Amino acid sequence: MSLDVVTLSRLQFALTIMFHYLFPPLSIGLGILMAFMEGLYLKTGDRTYKRMAHFWTNLFAVNFAMGVSSGIVMEFQFGTNWAAYSRFVGDVFGSALAAEGIFAFFLESGFLAVLVFGWDRVSPRVHFFSTLMVALGAMFSAVWIVVANSWQQTPAGHVIVGSGLQARAEIVNFWAMVFNPSSMNRLGHTILGAYILGAFFVMSVSAFYILKGRHLDFAKKSFKLALIFGAFSSVLILFSGHKQARTVALTQPAKLAAFEGLYQTQSRAPLSLIGLPNDEKEQLRFSLQIPGLLSRLIHGDSSAEVTGLDAFPKEDRPPVRASYLLYHGMVILGFFFIALTLYSLWLLWRGTLFEKRWLLWTYVFAVAGPYAANQLGWCAAEVGRQPWIVYGLLRTKDSVSKSVPSSHVLGSILMFSVIYLLLFAVWIYIMDGKIRQGPEEPGALPKKEEEGWIRTAARLGRSGGESLTQAHEEN
Amino acid sequence: MDLQVFWFMTIGVLLAGYAVLDGFDLGVGILHLGAKNDQERRIFMNSIGPLWDGNEVWLVTFGGALFAAFPEAYATAFSGFYLPFMILLFCLIFRAVSMEFRSKRPWPAWRGFWDWSFSLSSALAALLFGVAVGNSIQGLPIGPDKEFAGSLADLLRPYPVLVGLLAVSLFAMHGSIYLHLKTEGELQKRIRGWMWHSFGIFMVLYILATIVTLVQIPWAVKNFREMPWLWAVVVLNVLAVGNIPRAIYLKHPLYAFLSSCAAIAALVALFGAALYPNMIVSSLDPSWSLTIYNASSSEKTLRIMRLIAFMGMPFVLAYTAVIYWIFRGKVELGKFSY
Repeated sequence: MSLDVVTLSRLQFALTIMFHYLFPPLSIGLGILMAFMEGLYLKTGDRTYKRMAHFWTNLFAVNFAMGVSSGIVMEFQFGTNWAAYSRFVGDVFGSALAAEGIFAFFLESGFLAVLVFGWDRVSPRVHFFSTLMVALGAMFSAVWIVVANSWQQTPAGHVIVGSGLQARAEIVNFWAMVFNPSSMNRLGHTILGAYILGAFFVMSVSAFYILKGRHLDFAKKSFKLALIFGAFSSVLILFSGHKQARTVALTQPAKLAAFEGLYQTQSRAPLSLIGLPNDEKEQLRFSLQIPGLLSRLIHGDSSAEVTGLDAFPKEDRPPVRASYLLYHGMVILGFFFIALTLYSLWLLWRGTLFEKRWLLWTYVFAVAGPYAANQLGWCAAEVGRQPWIVYGLLRTKDSVSKSVPSSHVLGSILMFSVIYLLLFAVWIYIMDGKIRQGPEEPGALPKKEEEGWIRTAARLGRSGGESLTQAHEEN
Repeated sequence: MDLQVFWFMTIGVLLAGYAVLDGFDLGVGILHLGAKNDQERRIFMNSIGPLWDGNEVWLVTFGGALFAAFPEAYATAFSGFYLPFMILLFCLIFRAVSMEFRSKRPWPAWRGFWDWSFSLSSALAALLFGVAVGNSIQGLPIGPDKEFAGSLADLLRPYPVLVGLLAVSLFAMHGSIYLHLKTEGELQKRIRGWMWHSFGIFMVLYILATIVTLVQIPWAVKNFREMPWLWAVVVLNVLAVGNIPRAIYLKHPLYAFLSSCAAIAALVALFGAALYPNMIVSSLDPSWSLTIYNASSSEKTLRIMRLIAFMGMPFVLAYTAVIYWIFRGKVELGKFSY
């Protein structure tokens, strides 16, 4: 692999988007769970729910700040590194991005202020409304960016104006662009993936508390709520994934063939469970497969023909091995989530869930699964679209900025790597600290009448006084 | 008014909104190291705590709107300003996380690190915004293919750097007036002194930049000859700037703040008026410049986007107003603060 501008720009995009995508799915998933918790508090008046909303909002805020700061990079990177692409798609893609800013980001950021800083400034109902709006805003932002990306996968509602280097896509039908063949399916899949992450995140932290015997009431309530939500989302995403695979087979057959490692077009196409594609020999090695199942899943008929990679010239095929492995990694994780959550639900119904220490330990670490699955799924979607940046219309290699030399891109990759590594370490450290510290114990929460702003401020003023002397020493 | 003009103005409004709002929180960042102790630094950060995120969304939306309405200008500008722009992004990242992380640990070295990174990244971000504006006024080496054909040295000429320094002093002044509104007692008294100092520095740079612009960049005043009503913006700008010391002197900090908001908005308007109808001026050949007509999206997209803007902007203004209302008044450090 030579380090030309195209490779470097792709590397940088992969680095920045994968780092960014550590945060938004948790915001989406956790946001909706926080809305449930606060809603339950308003409904039942049980203070544990308030402590839950409080604690998870606290973690949400740190996560959200990381999402915003890494997201600004994404908004501008199309222009900095992919200028030719920006010129080509601006008419179509830009409007989705602008709508995202106007409809989603303002909503989120405005109400986030109330969510984090406003506990004592607004009434519980207004606070709950703000939580709902933040959760909604997080989903809106997913809507527009997934619409924009789906247009790259299955372009619709546009015409190509001009030719050669001057060619560009222009909108003719806005709604056809928004509801292009893959957008709604992919949106559902993305959001469900985020829900699963939110649920597993809450379960991971809660399981840790239960194992350590801390905050038991808090942790068990959080765990149960997240488990039900997680199980529901894990099952739904299976159907959404199946529907999506059928759409891919229709609209991007080369991508589906790469996902499934299907080199030869064939009837009674088998579904490969595991295997390793070999591009030189054009065959899938070490494959464990079920005959006819792929045909059945896609066409509803196990003898139907499924298009293989041989139907496409070599320069139009995606990298098969990467696509296959990424896709299968995601699918295997998806089945793992279903098995784990359904089994846990059964134990919850039997009343023995919180006695199974091995299972709780599994949950402590299982949160890595949805993080990985979200990343793998997006990587599969993007790698599987190659060599196109806009499927069938514009190739990735023709999309980079002409005025940016590779040395500059290399420089910015190095800077991003260093900064993101540092931020990642600090983020883990801060989250870990907050989790260790745990939610406030009942009673520690200031009741509105008893301890208002002034007394709280005075108390904190005193503790600030201690660090005041430290600050002097530092100067 | 044709759609391109509408979008040129809308993007100008987004940029002005960003400069006015994020201007004061960049200013607070620039002045941050002037706070004497931990308590004061926490007050500084918490004065913008609930607001900076929403303020930055104006920049993100400006980027999105520029991409959608003028993709050619978006592509040329950001790929042309590649390295400065990357550094600007790093600054914005560091500013955000500095605020988020600083108060999470009590250790002096930890807090000191984030204090420095917050302040330096704020100052550098302000400088780079100014440099970008200066470059746009002076013109860039744009070739016939609409691509930037210069080097990094072309971006750091004296004039853009002067405008960059002007931006730093402008935001520092804006931030000091904002802090004056948000603080009390001895700290507020000290900030009063900063307002005068930063205003003085700003005045010197403002006059200098005006003279250099008039002497060195003759085409910047071309539109003012053809459209005399634009002088109203100049008058507004001068009145707003002049009202800042008057309001400070008369102890009306809110008027001073509103005046400095108006002054910033008027400066952005002057910038737009000087550029129009160009988006990016080619210093190689004027006919290679990117204008609002040869850089824009199709009529259809501009029309759809206008609808989106009309639907979305009332909400945006409503949220912004509500948030500023909820978090009005002096900074109080509480358990939910940074």
